[in-house]
Amino acid sequence: MSQSYDRGLVEDFGRWREFSAGMWAWVFHKFTGWVLVGYLFTHIAVLSTAISAAGQTQAIAAENDVYTTVITALESLLVVRILEVGLLAVAVFHILNGCRLLLVDLGIGLDSQDKSFYASLVLTGAIVVASVPTFLAGVFG
Amino acid sequence: MSTHVPETETETDTEAETEVEHSEPLAPAQEERMRKKAEARADREERARQEAAERATGDDDTVHLKVFRFDPEVEGKQEPRFDDFHVPYEKGMTVLDALIYARDTFDSSLTFRHSCRQAICGSDALFINGRQRLGCKTQLSDLDQPVRVEPLPHAEVEKDLVVDMDHFYDQMEAVEPYFDADELPDGELDEQRQTRENREKVKMSTRCIWCGACMSSCNIAAGNNEYLGPAAINKAYRFAMDEREGTERKQHRLNILEQENGVWRCQTQFSCTEVCPKDIPLTEHIQELKREAVKSNLKFW
Repeated sequence: MSQSYDRGLVEDFGRWREFSAGMWAWVFHKFTGWVLVGYLFTHIAVLSTAISAAGQTQAIAAENDVYTTVITALESLLVVRILEVGLLAVAVFHILNGCRLLLVDLGIGLDSQDKSFYASLVLTGAIVVASVPTFLAGVFG
Repeated sequence: MSTHVPETETETDTEAETEVEHSEPLAPAQEERMRKKAEARADREERARQEAAERATGDDDTVHLKVFRFDPEVEGKQEPRFDDFHVPYEKGMTVLDALIYARDTFDSSLTFRHSCRQAICGSDALFINGRQRLGCKTQLSDLDQPVRVEPLPHAEVEKDLVVDMDHFYDQMEAVEPYFDADELPDGELDEQRQTRENREKVKMSTRCIWCGACMSSCNIAAGNNEYLGPAAINKAYRFAMDEREGTERKQHRLNILEQENGVWRCQTQFSCTEVCPKDIPLTEHIQELKREAVKSNLKFW
């Protein structure tokens, strides 16, 4: 019996130039999915400061309760503002590609799956660019 | 020793094949593919014209092949390497033609599978310039040089370009790839007729030549040896969608397919559909079987 030689995986990222549209869509969908799961934990952590702030009517009126101070502190950081743009990009792509996958599951337009992937990329880009003024308002002022 | 005479082997079959298919009414998908092929053909002709012009000026027209070499039985060849071959180019030469020329002229130990040389036997699926293609169906004029020829990824290499296909064949057998009707017609000589519509439905899936290109391109099959893979699922589709087999048999087929490593492993990367040399819409078939599997398990309507 002759021994065989294992040449490693084709999916190595060193070969990313050979990936096709469907493969890229899959890679991006996985990546954005994990980012969103990660964000969920941060989201819950920040929102949970509202529990201790609840009921402190005076503090809320004076805008110095825990929740408000945490949010204002975070929003004053440039990194957080930029990360928010990134989060929007990730979420929008995941939503649009999710719709694309829904169509694929229903067997609709499987021949233009590459076009719908490019469309979701372009649309994501457009929405993200349009959101920049809102997210970065007052940062550089 | 090979009996092939390289000078007489110009591959015209692939072009003839696509022309014949124009006579039938085409699905939009098929039309799209045909259009792409026509474009590729125009492109090829353009290149051929350029090459002819080049040949008129200079006469050293060779193709540079880089071929994967590995031989576990010879001590000096156990370390995989790439060998360079410079093969004289002829109009219409395919990658397989060039390999045959290299073997017959330069190195008789160069090993690869091939048989019919017209994209029917499915023996010569290779990894050419980073993509699974049939050697006999790939024109050298379509490729950038140097042309890298490697054995199929995700399969064990036996020697040079030859890979172990046993696992692929096992997966193909696992879906019971044979016609088996619930009821046979009464008369011994009665035919089992299929409607035209039904034939049209399974038409593309019948074209599989068991070359293994899809299985090799599939990311999921690479990481999970138990996944049936696109080719086997397509084979199952061909019979599950055949109306002559009857509901009992179809249910049995779906029971095989809806298991953990059946259709549900597919994550619609479309890699198999991209590389299939017979243009079978594999992902479409897998998705349809997923829907069938769901439908057969929903009991409330």
